[in-house]
Amino acid sequence: MKAKEMPVVKFDKVCRYYGSTDNGGEIVKAMCEVSFQITKGEFVAVTGPSGSGKSTLLHLIGLLDRPSEGEIYIDGVAVSKMADARLAKLRNEKIGFIFQQFNLLPKTSSLKQVELPLVYAGIGAAKRREMARSELESVGLLDKLNNRPSQLSGGQQQRVAIARAMVTKPALLLADEPTGNLDSKSGAAILELFERLHEGGVTVVIVTHDRDVAAHAPRRLVIKDGELVEDKGNGHG
Amino acid sequence: MDTVELFKTAGVAIRTNKTRSVLTTLGIIIGVASVILLVAVGNGLQAYVTGEFEALGANRVMVMPGKVKFGSAPPGFGVEAKFDFEDVEKIGKLGSPISEVLGMVVRAVTVKYMNKSVDAWVAGVNQGYLKLGNLEIARGRFISEDMVRRSQMGGVIGADISEKLFRRGEEPVGKEIDITGGKIKVIGVLEKKGGLGVGGSDENSYVLLPVTAARKLTGAKTPAMVMVSMENTESIPVGVKKVKDYFYRRGLTDDDFTVMEPKELLSSISSLLGVVTGALSGIAAISLVVGGIGIANIMLVSVTERTREIGLRKALGGTKRDILLQFLIEAVVLSVVGGMIGVGIGWGLSLVLSRFIQTSVTGWSVGLAFGISAAVGIISGLAPAIRAGRLDPIEALRYE
Repeated sequence: MKAKEMPVVKFDKVCRYYGSTDNGGEIVKAMCEVSFQITKGEFVAVTGPSGSGKSTLLHLIGLLDRPSEGEIYIDGVAVSKMADARLAKLRNEKIGFIFQQFNLLPKTSSLKQVELPLVYAGIGAAKRREMARSELESVGLLDKLNNRPSQLSGGQQQRVAIARAMVTKPALLLADEPTGNLDSKSGAAILELFERLHEGGVTVVIVTHDRDVAAHAPRRLVIKDGELVEDKGNGHG
Repeated sequence: MDTVELFKTAGVAIRTNKTRSVLTTLGIIIGVASVILLVAVGNGLQAYVTGEFEALGANRVMVMPGKVKFGSAPPGFGVEAKFDFEDVEKIGKLGSPISEVLGMVVRAVTVKYMNKSVDAWVAGVNQGYLKLGNLEIARGRFISEDMVRRSQMGGVIGADISEKLFRRGEEPVGKEIDITGGKIKVIGVLEKKGGLGVGGSDENSYVLLPVTAARKLTGAKTPAMVMVSMENTESIPVGVKKVKDYFYRRGLTDDDFTVMEPKELLSSISSLLGVVTGALSGIAAISLVVGGIGIANIMLVSVTERTREIGLRKALGGTKRDILLQFLIEAVVLSVVGGMIGVGIGWGLSLVLSRFIQTSVTGWSVGLAFGISAAVGIISGLAPAIRAGRLDPIEALRYE
């Protein structure tokens, strides 16, 4: 093992402001001077009350938003001034997204859902199909390849979404309230799946306000009023 | 994302919303079909008129006595010409580019055979008139050059005359019939003909005689009209000038004769028909614009409806360009497919219509309708596609 491994995510005094003073408006400071890093193979929960800046943090890590100040590094690459198209490519390669609402395409088979990121990656149809199939197999949905979301339970839908997130072998699996729309039993199964992925070496970041969910993670980042107020169980710092 | 994948994605989106897709393309289908159909009918009309005129002989001009206005049919009849057969002969000797001149004689006569009689027109023509008048021989033969030279009293009768004078099954060819002023031998019968012949008269009730024989029979001193053949179409203006100059030298004015040029008339008729066709197609093209607005409308709805999908695609690595092209291609595919169906329907309808009137689907009208529908797709898809491409993924994913 290397003495100092390259962090998967590194925040360096990141601030995010919204609005402008142009028309007498006020600037909202959603996040201020947040610094932390997440190393490969970590399982991190980001928690905090609603309106604390969790979502802002999620969007910044997910490269859907850019910092107003400071710098973010994904796998050592600075992203704050990157062009939109390159950010999209980076999202495709490095980040696997899991949403509370699953965000599956309607009237589309599980196989096609999982193939979608591979389409944007420019992978050929035959290879795509094979990769999607094996990913669905690993989340236990080999018998649901051709089912549409309406023919799947919530837990199954979320597992399709996880397969979709994992099919590109991303550096980071980023989940936003992944159990928020599920009953406790399916939620527990999903969290178990996350743990299994983590044991397999995947870096997992879960954003949640649910304490029970957060308790699954060895490391917890607590956000309050746009500031990082707690970093529990950080084995590296 | 490569182009093939973009087309596949568009195809999936279109198939997923079948009813909506069909309704959206309906405007384009109707627009394209009506453009194709109207152009086909217009072209058919033009081709028909051109064909009729060309049958008259494009390198011939007619000289009518008096001042002829179109629509006053039969032209020239009842006007005694201020020129005679001597003039016709002299015009024939004016030289190049005038190659042949025929002074036609037309008279109303009564034709008798046994105890039956029928009113008819007798016309003096030469051997070239069969082709000139676009006529066909049903029985026997047509007037020969030899008969004209020897002013032989042999005639070709129209179908109506044959039907009225002879019993069914009776052979008219070889029979002798009485005609005002003398007797002639039937040498042939014309095929029954629809429409109107030269001068707007009905050729089914004509008795055609060698021009020399007709002059002798009717005692006509002046021709009903003069047909002047030129060496070729290009030389018509030169020939016409020679003919006119001859008449002016004879002391005639523009009120005494009219030179009708088939080409000139044809080009003015065909340009008129072209304008009519163009105007009709223009009106049909308005429905293409309406169809385009329909597509734009549906695409805007579709973008709004699929906001979350757009957000998701962006999160999964779709670029602004990918999203923009996805929606643009969807609009273009809708309108091009609509265009193709429209071409098919328009073509089919014009085939059906061609049983009744002449229609002609041309390559350019298909190309044009197709091009317009593709352009409509691009234009109407552009605004919604740009909107889709610009959506902020965070907002889009949050959209309910």
